[in-house]
Amino acid sequence: MDVAAHTGTVANPPRLAALLAEFASPGALVTAAEQVRDAGYTRWDTHTPFPVHGIDAAMDIRRTRLPWVVLIGGTLGCLAGLLMQWWMNAAGPEQFRWVPTFLQGYDFVISGKPTFSLPANIPVVFELTVLLAALAAVIGMLAMNNLPRHHDALFSVPRFRRVTTDRFFLRIDAHDPRFDTQRTAEFLSSLGAVAIERVETEEAPARWPRPLVVTLVVLAALALFPPLVVAKARLSKSPKPRIALIQDMDNQERYKAQQANTAFLDGRAMRVPPAGTIARGEWRDDAHYYRGQVAGDWALTFPPQIRVDRALLARGQERFGVYCAPCHGLGGAGDGLVHQRALQRDTPGWVQPTSLHDPLARGRPVGHLFNTITNGIRSMPPYGDQIPPADRWAIVAYVRALQLSQDARLEDVPPDRRAELR
Amino acid sequence: MASVAPEIDNTAEIPGRRAELITGGLGFTGVTDTVAAVWERPQPPRAWYIAFGISLTLLGILGAMILYLIVNGVGVWGLNNPTAWGFDITNFVFWVGIGHAGTLISAILFLFRQKWRTSINRFAEAMTIFAVMCAGLFPGIHVGRIWLAYWLAPLPNQMAMWPNFRSPLLWDVFAVGTYFMVSLLFWYVGMIPDLATFRDRATSRTKQIIYGLLALGWNGSSRHWHRFERAYLLLAALATPLVLSVHSVVSFDFAVSQLPGWHTTIFPPYFVAGAIFGGFAMVLTLAIPARELFGLKNIITLRHLENCCKIVLVTGLMVGYAYLMEFFMAWYSGSPYEGFIFRARAGGPYAWAYWTMILCNVGASQLFWFKRARTNVWLMLAVAMAVNVGMWFERFVIIVTSLSQDFLPSSWDFYRPTLVEILTLAGSFGLFFTLFLLFCRFLPMVAMAEVKTVLPQAALTAERHPHEHVPPTRAFDYNPDEHEPPAS
Repeated sequence: MDVAAHTGTVANPPRLAALLAEFASPGALVTAAEQVRDAGYTRWDTHTPFPVHGIDAAMDIRRTRLPWVVLIGGTLGCLAGLLMQWWMNAAGPEQFRWVPTFLQGYDFVISGKPTFSLPANIPVVFELTVLLAALAAVIGMLAMNNLPRHHDALFSVPRFRRVTTDRFFLRIDAHDPRFDTQRTAEFLSSLGAVAIERVETEEAPARWPRPLVVTLVVLAALALFPPLVVAKARLSKSPKPRIALIQDMDNQERYKAQQANTAFLDGRAMRVPPAGTIARGEWRDDAHYYRGQVAGDWALTFPPQIRVDRALLARGQERFGVYCAPCHGLGGAGDGLVHQRALQRDTPGWVQPTSLHDPLARGRPVGHLFNTITNGIRSMPPYGDQIPPADRWAIVAYVRALQLSQDARLEDVPPDRRAELR
Repeated sequence: MASVAPEIDNTAEIPGRRAELITGGLGFTGVTDTVAAVWERPQPPRAWYIAFGISLTLLGILGAMILYLIVNGVGVWGLNNPTAWGFDITNFVFWVGIGHAGTLISAILFLFRQKWRTSINRFAEAMTIFAVMCAGLFPGIHVGRIWLAYWLAPLPNQMAMWPNFRSPLLWDVFAVGTYFMVSLLFWYVGMIPDLATFRDRATSRTKQIIYGLLALGWNGSSRHWHRFERAYLLLAALATPLVLSVHSVVSFDFAVSQLPGWHTTIFPPYFVAGAIFGGFAMVLTLAIPARELFGLKNIITLRHLENCCKIVLVTGLMVGYAYLMEFFMAWYSGSPYEGFIFRARAGGPYAWAYWTMILCNVGASQLFWFKRARTNVWLMLAVAMAVNVGMWFERFVIIVTSLSQDFLPSSWDFYRPTLVEILTLAGSFGLFFTLFLLFCRFLPMVAMAEVKTVLPQAALTAERHPHEHVPPTRAFDYNPDEHEPPAS
């Protein structure tokens, strides 16, 4: 039974923190613990390599309140799970407009299911209950045990290293009211301790090594950069395109139709089709119908597909009103609104649209009129792209009727309608 | 592997006398010395290096395959309509299932006070964690745009876009995530006292600092132990329903759908039984070489292995029952689609996979009716390997047969994995074994503090009442009164 002292540094005289008695078996420790308890010590503990059962009673250790912590954790998990699922899937943004967008819920109906239905929410609630309860158990246990605590005077006793292997220790703290170095040491020896050690603590606790502190400070400072960069990016505006680490098909590498491309001789990105290419549905073999020509001359008659009747004339009148009347005028005299406007503004170089009652126009074959609408003539632009062929023929028919109306004799009017002219 | 250490047979059941759980007369010191020797020896055995080299190669292949997948997209896998799940989800369910045996050993057997669990719980828990890591990998990489996998989590965002909590796939995220977290906590908390042992036995300053940080300043205080044990018990009580919920939720991925062969209420218990079955096979696969390699035969004894074999037998029968019951329900439901899919499983294009599954799972495990098979490590290893294969095929059969022949015959297709998928599966084993081998080398493989509590020396009676007669060995399987202080 020796009382060995471990000397600390000379500058900082060590202070006695506790007396440590070593025992060889759990049974001896429990017996000793009962006597220490009965002797009235209050600030003491035992240290063992494994939980020695029976030591709780011998030391009067009160049952821990940890289960209550776990209950609270589990309850919080349960409520948080419910609240989260209700908020994210059932609480629509319209009732909670005051919530910032990034926290707003979204009541999205999926498969016609109710947005909030307890049966579907049970699995996640259960998992979060278990998760928070488990976290509470571990964090609560560590916190109640005052862990992690890497600096402990006990660790400076070499003999104490076997506490995690095969030795059993009883420690009585120096600040126990009944502690007296000499008497307590004798008391411990009398309990059958294999050895008794002084546990000494230095006044100044061990400081963190300087290189470690510097490294940590530098790392902490560097760690501030990413959040600062993110904050700056979110709060500022830039005309430059956004940086996309992963393209997600937002930006695709390709030429657009009107861009320049040096890969081709003509310098254009868009390819023109070879001469003579005909697109699907564009095969127009019927020269009479599509071009107003018969055997190379302007057709004098309407093509067989066009039946000249009232409906055709009505259609022609309506189309004429849309496409032709703005320049040629509703009566075809070349006095449309465009012309009048041009006169009002004194547009230089303005040429009056041709009157359809001009003898030249009156003498044109229908094929020529059709071609004029399709491809334009002089300053008149082509309308072939805007007016389908059938409508063009309808307009031609109407123009013919218009010309006839302005140059008709009385005999041309049907006898039963002549009275209206008077 | 080719160690010639004597095998002590402690499997005999002698009435009136309990078998030893720890053989070789190991005491407190002996247990720590034996377990710490794995870590303290300057060089691991050559077999460790060989295994580590192979595992690391496979891990590299896994990394390359994932990179290839990310760069090229999921088209590099053989998935298409109608088989949109193949190796990826098969591997996911397989690995999650493996994990369940670890939690069963550490939590459920703890609640049932099965003391033999103390020798194998630590590495079984490690197995759980590494298996769940492998499992979590597959759903993560099968989402297509992997860089958006974080959308699985309910993170606030400016689109007010949240997960759909009515989907079983999302339940899965929470179940597997919680399972990983709780398993990790359970494993780490249980390891704190043993990490303190390593800290106190460390021979270099670096080791002392690393293990000192990990041990959180554990000093073995009885007041600490009291709360520690309570926390451990609570964790076990939480992990027990958790482990049952996890594979139930995994089975909901299928059972909640409408597909014939998936839409069935037997799935949750069937999946849990299968998970424990497959997990114990993996425990045997790991334990048998590890105890040989690291000289742990006195701690992981033949009796421990035999107990695992018995669980494999029982859960194997449950799985066999579930296979039969699926056919019964297909017939009893009167649904022609159900009937068709089960006929197709046993006799269709994937019949070879189905019968491999039956042979490996139901057939091979029947060997364990015989004690000779339960005490012969080579036979055990052979059955365990068969079960590992069979359980993988079980998930393959469930997933692929139902998908490839769904309601619309014109869209039926035969799913064929690509080389990338096969190498990814092989690579996941690389990840698993790399982590496991590192664990064996650098962390306490056996829960030393827990093993000590089941040693006869831990009983108080001998020293406290030296004149009383005490039986020489008291490391019982189960004795409820053992730790109660004797009435005075």
